[in-house]
Amino acid sequence: MTDWLIQQSPAIQATVRVLVFVLPLLLLVPGLIWWERRLLSWMQDRIGPNRVGPFGLLQPIADGVKLFFKEDITPSTVDRAIYFVAPAVALFPAFAIGGTLPWGPHYGPLMHWTPIANVNIGILYVLAISSLGVYGVVLSGYASNNKYSLLGGLRSSAQLISYELAMGVSLACMVMATGSLKMTDMIAAQMEPLWGIQSLGWLQNWFLFTPFGLISAVVFLICMVAETNRTPFDLPEAENEIIAGYHTEYSSMKFAVFFMGEYATMFVFSGVFATVFLGGWNLLPINWDVVAAQVPALAGIARAMDGLTYWLAPIWFLGKCATGITFYIWLRATLPRLRYDQLMSLGWKSLLPLAVANFIVVAIWIMGTKLYGPGGGWAGGLLGLAIVYALYLNFVSATRKSGWGAKDRLAMVDKSARTIDLVDPNVAGGTR
Amino acid sequence: MTTFTVLAIVAVLAALGVVLFSSPVRSAICLVVNFFVLAFVYFILNAELLGITQIIVYTGAIMVLFLFVIMLLNLGGPQAWKERREFRTVLGFGFGAALAGVIASQLITHFREHSRPFADDGYGSPQAIGRVLFTQYVWPFEVASVLLLVGIVGSILLAKRKL
Amino acid sequence: MYNLLAQTDGNGLAKRLAEAFPPPTIDWPSILPIALVVCTGIVALIVEMLRPRQNNNAIIGFSLVGLFFAGLSLTSQFASPDLESFGGMVLRDRFSLTIQLLVVMVTGLTILFSDGYLRAKRIPFGEFYPLVLWSASGAMMMASSKNLLMIFLGIEVLSISLYVLAGMSKTETKSEESALKYFLLGAFASAFLLYGIAFMYGATGSLHLDAIRSAWNPNDEAFRNMMLFGMGLMLFGLAFKAAFVPFHQWTPDVYQGAPTNVTAFMAAGSKIGAMAALWRLLSASTTNVDLGATFQSYWMPALFWIAILTMTVGNLVALVQKDVKRTLGYSSIAHAGYILVGILAHVNNPEKVGIGTTVFYLLSYSLMTIGAFAVVSLTAKNGKEGTRFEDLHGLWKRSPFAVGCLIVFVASLIGIPPTSGFFGKLMIFNDALASDLMPLAIVLAVNSVLSVYYYVGIAKAAFVDAEGARTPESAPMNLGLAATCLLCAGGIFAVVILFNPLMNWLVGAP
Repeated sequence: MTDWLIQQSPAIQATVRVLVFVLPLLLLVPGLIWWERRLLSWMQDRIGPNRVGPFGLLQPIADGVKLFFKEDITPSTVDRAIYFVAPAVALFPAFAIGGTLPWGPHYGPLMHWTPIANVNIGILYVLAISSLGVYGVVLSGYASNNKYSLLGGLRSSAQLISYELAMGVSLACMVMATGSLKMTDMIAAQMEPLWGIQSLGWLQNWFLFTPFGLISAVVFLICMVAETNRTPFDLPEAENEIIAGYHTEYSSMKFAVFFMGEYATMFVFSGVFATVFLGGWNLLPINWDVVAAQVPALAGIARAMDGLTYWLAPIWFLGKCATGITFYIWLRATLPRLRYDQLMSLGWKSLLPLAVANFIVVAIWIMGTKLYGPGGGWAGGLLGLAIVYALYLNFVSATRKSGWGAKDRLAMVDKSARTIDLVDPNVAGGTR
Repeated sequence: MTTFTVLAIVAVLAALGVVLFSSPVRSAICLVVNFFVLAFVYFILNAELLGITQIIVYTGAIMVLFLFVIMLLNLGGPQAWKERREFRTVLGFGFGAALAGVIASQLITHFREHSRPFADDGYGSPQAIGRVLFTQYVWPFEVASVLLLVGIVGSILLAKRKL
Repeated sequence: MYNLLAQTDGNGLAKRLAEAFPPPTIDWPSILPIALVVCTGIVALIVEMLRPRQNNNAIIGFSLVGLFFAGLSLTSQFASPDLESFGGMVLRDRFSLTIQLLVVMVTGLTILFSDGYLRAKRIPFGEFYPLVLWSASGAMMMASSKNLLMIFLGIEVLSISLYVLAGMSKTETKSEESALKYFLLGAFASAFLLYGIAFMYGATGSLHLDAIRSAWNPNDEAFRNMMLFGMGLMLFGLAFKAAFVPFHQWTPDVYQGAPTNVTAFMAAGSKIGAMAALWRLLSASTTNVDLGATFQSYWMPALFWIAILTMTVGNLVALVQKDVKRTLGYSSIAHAGYILVGILAHVNNPEKVGIGTTVFYLLSYSLMTIGAFAVVSLTAKNGKEGTRFEDLHGLWKRSPFAVGCLIVFVASLIGIPPTSGFFGKLMIFNDALASDLMPLAIVLAVNSVLSVYYYVGIAKAAFVDAEGARTPESAPMNLGLAATCLLCAGGIFAVVILFNPLMNWLVGAP
């Protein structure tokens, strides 16, 4: 099978890979919708769809059929060309990014199957294409010729630009730690011994487990939720403020395309997160071949696990993506929507400085590692942290001294007006 | 070559669209398409990083801001254009066409013989760009950062009502 | 398992790259002045954050100290040999050092008189000082490189700061108008410049002016055409920055609308930078290889007529102005024409005519222009500023010292004998004759006579009594302004008295 694949021309190879790995994305979307509805209702103490098929599994299919046969209304004052193109534009980035996701190992017999294109600018490609996602929203918002849609489009473009920066910087940290932009190289780097300590060789160096990687992961996670316009960052489609934002005027299948685009994007971003921070297709952060070599007693199990990890890699990867989606849904069930100014200040004043500080720390960390080994890396990381903290303190003292920071904040929020006295019913007349 | 022809046709059509469309939003969208296609031209020239930077910076950031501003100002449609169709517009078109004609007639014939239209393998890669930026072009690189700093400070100074 | 290095380093890419792009030679002293000015700006911004409210003294002091050290580092390199470092991006030669020194001086003088004026206009933003410093660093970059990339970056650093500074007085519509005009036209001119650079690069495969010069070949038609298009477009861009006619339309409006201290810096610092870049470009675009046509035979006629137009139009239009700042704006256009004559004389005959004339003229021009604008800035009070001729009325009663200095500046701008303006013009006149540019010399002489009328008008306005006219009470003289006036007026005579030692020190030979 693999031999056959290698002999084909690159275009056919790519087509085969697309058929094997990207097409299922489309088929997964109904599953995701079902999962979201069921999980959400469970979290909200409801039952959720359970009538169509076992556990309501066929509900999304039924919905799809319904959407397909609904009347497709095109309002008369829309900008027609853009109106029709916009949903397609919204769908495009998800599938384009899907092209670089490594679904399985890029060595050994499975090497030639995935990713679809192992471009050597992988992460940049992800950033570039994800930045195109805004066009679908903005164009549909404009073309609808509807105030609410336009507002949704405006909000979305401001939001995406703000969060792209922090996202880019957090990914840049990981690029520095890896020394390569390729997705496959990033996974390879995460299969090195943990923290670069050789005696920990049986543990994998998933970036989530490194201190700087953890910070990057948090920043990336928040940014990816914002980039996909999901709660709590779903201001572009806030139902109670601007109806449904950019897709107010879309009905029938065109609406379904938006819907599909949103879920596909969620899935793909989860995939990027899994690849960059969670060791990609690896099931567990354990190098089974090292275990087999070091602990003879466990050699059999380790080898079995190694084979299992390798050959079923796409399934583990899918599992990680599903975890990411579950996280999205969990957030949606938990957090209320942000206010616009909160959204902006979170992006510009918290995430971006955090990501940049992390960037500095990683740089010093890597220099320490290159010069003095892993110990030097930790020392360098601490040094970097100290530098960043000192800068931060300086800045804070500077703003305090000149008086603007504090004054502005006082002017905005009258503290006494915001405190709420909780009344404890068990204590007579008492507040706590 | 065929790839290039297709890309070039799309790019030129998009560029024409930028100029000829009367609605600012459509012009901007055409510009987006143009930038996007240009990135692919860079790709086939073996300049991957340049191409992807083109998409990130122009398509992904600058043009979004363009659209943002156009939508925010809600620039009018066709009427705005009709008012300006006076002799100066015609004159401008004339001069522009003349300039393009002069440049094209003098230069294009000579470009056709030089046909090795791509960089050496690996010379458009991130490693190569990084190497060049931090060796030969390190001083312009730093100066560009000063330029950005000036831009940031300047825009804050101009935009903030109260400092 | 999986070899990371083998993947990222396919085909020995790292090695090939290391061979193709070896680490450049680094000569720290040659970038030290620019780095000092830039860092002074950055630290000044932090000082701005820490200072007590509305008190800019710390920033001014710090900026002046930084400029002083930048000047020191420049003069200390006068004895060093010429050197190109940073991969050909930074050039240290006498011209670069001298021009940078001029820019540092101009910046210092501007900063010195700015505080009182900004306070009187109620725009005491601390950000002014960092922006001026960065702008100056842009001019310094333009002078200190033979690489078109650096020249372009320098222009952008210089201009973008100036766009902002021109619009700094946010309460005045004319300041905003001036910033917008300057920005739109400037961006347009920058685009032309960049387009020209692209043509040059396309023709020669290099951004370095020496490489471009040595690649000149008039017999290869395609190459020649590309070079000429490139040169034409670049000259367009630079002519805009230097305000040559017919690219001067923005000058009077921008000069009038911008805050006066910014105008002073624009007229002096920005012009020095543009002239330096023009000098670099032109002197690198001269070839005397025996290949048929020389490069300059194509562009010299154009610049010849531009010089004539610039001098004449600048002076003629200045005659009918009613606003001091506009008049001075047109006068600066005329002076740009004179300097262009000096440059052309040098380019036409580099053996006989050295850099001394241009440098001396730029020096004396910046002294008198900054001085004149400093005196004009006295009309600002309570956030308002009148710059019409009537607004100068009665100035001699209110501050005789300033008017005394104004007389000196005006005399020098006209070119009356004991002042530096006279010697500058004389040197240009001689140079023009020496390099067979007789028509330019005659136009220059005629224009000098023409200019007497409006310059005297400025001086006269200061002596007319204020009665009857609208009389904005002038702000009282402040220390910085007095120091600037004194330094400029003193400098105008000092450079004449110390002509020989000064020129020896600055350019090596008179």
